[in-house]
Amino acid sequence: MMLSIWSLGLDILILLCLASGLFFIFVGVVGLIRMPDVFTRMHATTKCDTMGAGLIFLGLILWQGLSFVSLNILLILIFVWLTNPTAAHAIAKSAYQRLESGIKEEGEKD
Amino acid sequence: MVETAVIISAIILVLLTFVGLFRAIKGPTAEDRIVAINMISTKVTVIIVLIALITSQAFYVDVALVYALLGFIATIGLAKLLMKGKLGK
Repeated sequence: MMLSIWSLGLDILILLCLASGLFFIFVGVVGLIRMPDVFTRMHATTKCDTMGAGLIFLGLILWQGLSFVSLNILLILIFVWLTNPTAAHAIAKSAYQRLESGIKEEGEKD
Repeated sequence: MVETAVIISAIILVLLTFVGLFRAIKGPTAEDRIVAINMISTKVTVIIVLIALITSQAFYVDVALVYALLGFIATIGLAKLLMKGKLGK
């Protein structure tokens, strides 16, 4: 009886993690489509994507329990959390430099 | 119960990836396309992990790790190419 209640609580926690991760990723996609500028789009997608992927990975780790697979997923989670802000910073630097130097692309209207 | 939820979330993630592909195709500047591709790369990593756990093939998780690494390298390389005009020093 005690074990069943514990298992049900764990399942509800996993479902909550998956649902909130999907919600964050959905908000990131809406920001990517709706925002007017490169920097605002980056602002929306990077944070929401990192948080959503982290929550989904956390739910999967809770589902798998303690094993090599969950250790691998933890490794991917740490890697995503390290590299996603770094990539966004690199893109923002390049976009800002091109904005400052005033280089227009071919298809871009001013 | 949880396995059904994992399958449903994988399907929702695939649909959201195709919605994000719209910005990669249409986006006015090159940076918009790089942002969209970076987001698609993160989502595909999550989808590969979900598929690995659905089909219970443990070594697909390593594929997801390599895919995350490749997406990061591609994004950094493209940003550097746009900033300097070349990929060398």
